[in-house]
Amino acid sequence: MPLLSVLSLCVQYQSAQGVVRAVDDVSFDLEPGETVGLVGESGCGKSTLGKAIMRLVPTSDGRVFLDGDDVTRMQAGALKASRKSMQMIFQDPCGSLNPRHDVGTIVGQPLSVAGWSRRDIKDRVIELMGQVGLPADAMRRYPHEFSGGQRQRLGIARALALKPKVIICDEPVSALDVSVRAQVINLLEDLQQATGVSYLFISHDLSVVEHISDRLIVMYLGRIVETGRSEDVWDRPAHPYTEALLAAAPIADPRTARSRTRSVLQGELPSPLNPPPGCSFNTRCPYAQALCREERPMLRDVSDGRKVACHYDLLEQPAALPRVARVAN
Amino acid sequence: MIMGSKAGPAPILSIENLQVSLFTRRGVLPAVDGLSLTVSAGETLAIVGESGCGKSLTALAIMRLLPNPPAKIVGGAVRFMGRDLAALSEREMQRVRGKDISMIFQDPMTSLNPVVAVGDQLIEAIRRHTDVSRHEARDRAIELLRQVRIPDAERRFNDYPHQMSGGMSQRVMIAMAIACGPKLLIADEPTTALDVTIQAQIIELMKELQSSSDMGLIIITHDLGVVAEVADRVAVMYAGRKVEEAPVEALFERPLHRYTRGLLGATPSAQRRRGSRLVEITGNVPALSDLPQGCAFQNRCPDVLDRCRAERPQLAPLLPHRSAACFAAEKELSRDAATIGA
Repeated sequence: MPLLSVLSLCVQYQSAQGVVRAVDDVSFDLEPGETVGLVGESGCGKSTLGKAIMRLVPTSDGRVFLDGDDVTRMQAGALKASRKSMQMIFQDPCGSLNPRHDVGTIVGQPLSVAGWSRRDIKDRVIELMGQVGLPADAMRRYPHEFSGGQRQRLGIARALALKPKVIICDEPVSALDVSVRAQVINLLEDLQQATGVSYLFISHDLSVVEHISDRLIVMYLGRIVETGRSEDVWDRPAHPYTEALLAAAPIADPRTARSRTRSVLQGELPSPLNPPPGCSFNTRCPYAQALCREERPMLRDVSDGRKVACHYDLLEQPAALPRVARVAN
Repeated sequence: MIMGSKAGPAPILSIENLQVSLFTRRGVLPAVDGLSLTVSAGETLAIVGESGCGKSLTALAIMRLLPNPPAKIVGGAVRFMGRDLAALSEREMQRVRGKDISMIFQDPMTSLNPVVAVGDQLIEAIRRHTDVSRHEARDRAIELLRQVRIPDAERRFNDYPHQMSGGMSQRVMIAMAIACGPKLLIADEPTTALDVTIQAQIIELMKELQSSSDMGLIIITHDLGVVAEVADRVAVMYAGRKVEEAPVEALFERPLHRYTRGLLGATPSAQRRRGSRLVEITGNVPALSDLPQGCAFQNRCPDVLDRCRAERPQLAPLLPHRSAACFAAEKELSRDAATIGA
């Protein structure tokens, strides 16, 4: 049984201009000890999905099972108990730490909510500080006394406090400098080795996601367009959007970067208020056919563990597809 | 000084021993310390470094847009086409800014005036430096919007910034920057706020504009992927100083300074497969108020020598066309030379 199972989850926002389907019929599983990377550009619904799983935003349809229990139907008491198993790390380590509380209080907060004694909290916080590579005497200091990377370590320590089974990491390294980013990524990997925790790792940075994830989920306008094992998706993208994302990602190697012929994706994300009919990617897709403008492709199995929502996925005879040249303007 | 470049013409910009200090309550901090750089026509120089290394202050110093207080140029020269910009009056500088040298910033939303239509902002930029009628300026502005690939340029001309996406606003900023045919464009993290597919579009656009105009380009970024895509030459900055400079292929192939090496190792890439650990640079950048004696990188350096703690390494031409301020690299190269000699 998967540890976390998301079934047909939908999140809708009502805005003055109409309904936005921020997360639309999303299903996936997360296994114990696994890291699933969730990628997509701003507005694709990846952060909303993370929050919806935590029930930090209301869902309009679908279910989330954590260890077999339906999180979406839980009453307050049961939900609070489930928080022990599922925690979250946020992008902005500064905005998610109370500036008026000392670090011991912040990191110990989940423990005191769970009813631990002060003595036990103190011991556990000392242990946690060691785990995330901070000195124990940091407990008495305040968030502003720490650098960005250290603050993210504090966020991680707090998330780890109750020994959760799942941590949802929402852009945990996006605000950090390159050298510090590597420290935090390595720390997350070490902690997974040591504790067996599973991560849902949300990021717009493909190279980071590819590095850390066992499996990838690619989202576009609220829907999953492709999912599969990380290496498979990276080496042979099946959805044209995945292909375009990979082509757009800068490569930190001048020879490769300059020798590749890259097709730059034209146009911009359509308005989520008014997504195009058929496949929502058809307005930017270099391979779009008549069918793509009429009928929405369902997410279907294409190979071992690989799913793609495309009428003409790139794994089958990519050469047979006529490539429609598209120029903006 | 070794400043190898492919084209080899006289530099259009040459910065000599630039010193920018921050005057704060904690004292005078050396935010840019003895920086020398050159840029030639048609060349792209990338300045790379992490937050607080002085890369953006360098750009603002060239433009004479440093926030004063606290920042001030306290030494050195910024020569543009033979003239020392630091010595110009504010009035003379205004004629250079936006005409000969333009700049685009990270966040296009805060650089555009929210209550003026983008077309009118373009017209203003054009008419400030060229003697044309409003009508001619309008035609030119629409032409520019087309040049930066804004679809439906005539209609978008009347749009306000909030009606445009981040990518579109950055295109408008680029249109404004190139409106008067600058000889040098400074782009400070131009794609950092953008999504990856839009980033790729903007990078392609900048490369294209540069190749059609022979403009010099300084791109300031923390993203080594962007550097690999666009730069001819790279200057790496750390704690206010240039620690390494090299042609882009050479830098990625064999980074000399230990900081550069760390930065490259810390960047996940498709070449290094999953499972391999990222190289960590331990610790944090030292505060400018608390720089150690000797090399500023010593406490994070894996190859630190006794000498690094005692003496500050100066930038030295360690290999043809490249320089680094690193005793460990110097030692390594002289050992290599000795092995070859023996």
